[in-house]
Amino acid sequence: MATSEQLTRSTHEPSSRSTLLEVRNVAKSFGKNVVLRNISLQVAEGEFLTILGESGSGKTTLLRIIAGFESATSGELWMAGQRLDTLPPYKRRVNTVFQHYALFPHLTVEQNVGYGLRVENLDKGEIASRVEQALAQVKMTAYAKAKPSRISGGQQQRVALARALVKRPQLLLLDEPLSALDANLRRQMQVELKSLQREVGISFVFVTHDQEEAMVMSDRIALLRRGELEQVATPREIYSRPASAYTAQFIGHTNLLSGEVRQGVMHCGSLSWRTREPDGPVLYSLRPENIRVAGHAARPDAVRFRGKLQHRAFHGATELLRIECNDGLIFSVRTGAREDWQGTPEFEFDPQDAVRVRASAEKG
Amino acid sequence: MFSRTYRNVVTLPPLVWVAVFLLLPYLLMFCYSFWSVSPAQTIVHSWTLDNYRELLRVEVYWQTLLRSMWIAARVMFFSLLLGYPLAYFLSFCAGASKDLYYQLVIIPLWVSYLVRAYAWKTILGSDGVLNTLLQYVHLTRHPLEFLLYSPFAVVLTLTHIYTPFTFLPIYASLEHIPRNLVEASNDLGASPAQTFWRVIFPLSIPGVLAGATFAFVLSLGDFLAPLLLGGPSGIMISNIVVSLFGAAYNWPLGASISLCMLVLVVSLLFASERLEKKWSFS
Repeated sequence: MATSEQLTRSTHEPSSRSTLLEVRNVAKSFGKNVVLRNISLQVAEGEFLTILGESGSGKTTLLRIIAGFESATSGELWMAGQRLDTLPPYKRRVNTVFQHYALFPHLTVEQNVGYGLRVENLDKGEIASRVEQALAQVKMTAYAKAKPSRISGGQQQRVALARALVKRPQLLLLDEPLSALDANLRRQMQVELKSLQREVGISFVFVTHDQEEAMVMSDRIALLRRGELEQVATPREIYSRPASAYTAQFIGHTNLLSGEVRQGVMHCGSLSWRTREPDGPVLYSLRPENIRVAGHAARPDAVRFRGKLQHRAFHGATELLRIECNDGLIFSVRTGAREDWQGTPEFEFDPQDAVRVRASAEKG
Repeated sequence: MFSRTYRNVVTLPPLVWVAVFLLLPYLLMFCYSFWSVSPAQTIVHSWTLDNYRELLRVEVYWQTLLRSMWIAARVMFFSLLLGYPLAYFLSFCAGASKDLYYQLVIIPLWVSYLVRAYAWKTILGSDGVLNTLLQYVHLTRHPLEFLLYSPFAVVLTLTHIYTPFTFLPIYASLEHIPRNLVEASNDLGASPAQTFWRVIFPLSIPGVLAGATFAFVLSLGDFLAPLLLGGPSGIMISNIVVSLFGAAYNWPLGASISLCMLVLVVSLLFASERLEKKWSFS
């Protein structure tokens, strides 16, 4: 096990950031039902990658293929230069935190955490010290002798995490581990999980349907839709430069502006602005916070529009307005919550904030 | 929630039933076991411990009891040996054909106990299917006599009859094991064999205990299989009770044996239930 320990240690240097896991052209179907198509994805050492998608997008199936509970219909997995998909789950240096924790009910917290070490036949002293350290890491030392049924969901979550981490895996898979927790605990666990990941330096592949969770925790997000990767990018990039209409809508709010470019000018309803796109139909995504109330000093290249206030939703620090223009266009506008509105105010946005996106085909 | 009268009306019939058909006979049996029979074959209604003294004194009674327990233990062992792998196979390996196999296990229960016991008689007898076959392929020259009218025949028949009873609770407990525990075990590096012994088996113990209790208790009190297939060497304690209540006309002695059996069985059930509770985690 000396070599594997070195491997784990080498992941502590984020500067190297070489590829740890490579998913090559993986596809999966159950009978006629195609769940994953041609997925190619790389996970760097020490990276926190989130697979984000709605239910039925195939995200859990992809995770289960990496863990080894399902086999891909086609494609390959490679980890640290070795073929992974041909190994049974118990020979992979990959561990999983299950959605419902899957703690062994007949074992105490301590025995649960030590399980993976006992089946390796490590010596008792080493097991004891590693279990103790792992429990301390997740702040569960006080509950070492308790049975899983006696502790809360959040605590079970920590034990499941310790049980996986104590194995010193090269890669940790997390299947919606926070979905069963209430909102406050969930936010707290997001921060804890992220800092724990930095501390241990292990690559995490995290599956969730919650875009906010994905944004908060991830180094990169892989957005999965109906079995295909829609976009893989950092949270900032995926938010500010969404590749498709689906991405733009799934992550945060957006205004989708559909129109046509003719001779370097984009026409969308009554609005128009200069663009470098070639002629043809186009789709733009414009975030609500990129629209502002037009000031007195007119900006030369800003696009202006007027509209009626239809609805306003108070969000605390900001307010989301729904504005309907005369030509039927509807805009979502995010403003500071203090401002007071009356009549038909004028709004403006900079054309460079409108991001051209790929139209997402409506399948199924 | 419900009115008092309603509750009384609803609970009365079962209470009466239990009192008349269970408690009263037990009470009678209890009394009989302390009475005696006069030389003129009438029941003497005076209290005595003679019957219990007789049980301890006469070897054949407690030896038959021991033999019955030994037969029951073997039936228990073999039905677990058959029932557990069967249940495991159905629960973990059978996939879509699970229901079909399940029905195949259940169907024999619809066949009368007597028919099944007689079936073994025709298989094991000296002119039976098995002996004929063995001689036909020249493995034996003469019929094997030990096959029928022996404890072997009793154990075989009872195992056949009671294996579904051990299978059912084991199957139920295996079906209750969340499959993600098996995945978690594999994920943590346990081989399939380690997963079985460290996770699946411990979690199926309540089913094993229930199944073992069924097989043991049901065969301990059996009297038809030894009657039909046991022969002189395969007599069990219930056969003695039957003859004491029948031909021998010694109800008090029969009642005292029955009472001992009852105490034994009830304490077994009690112990097994305690153990099952200790091993259940749901």
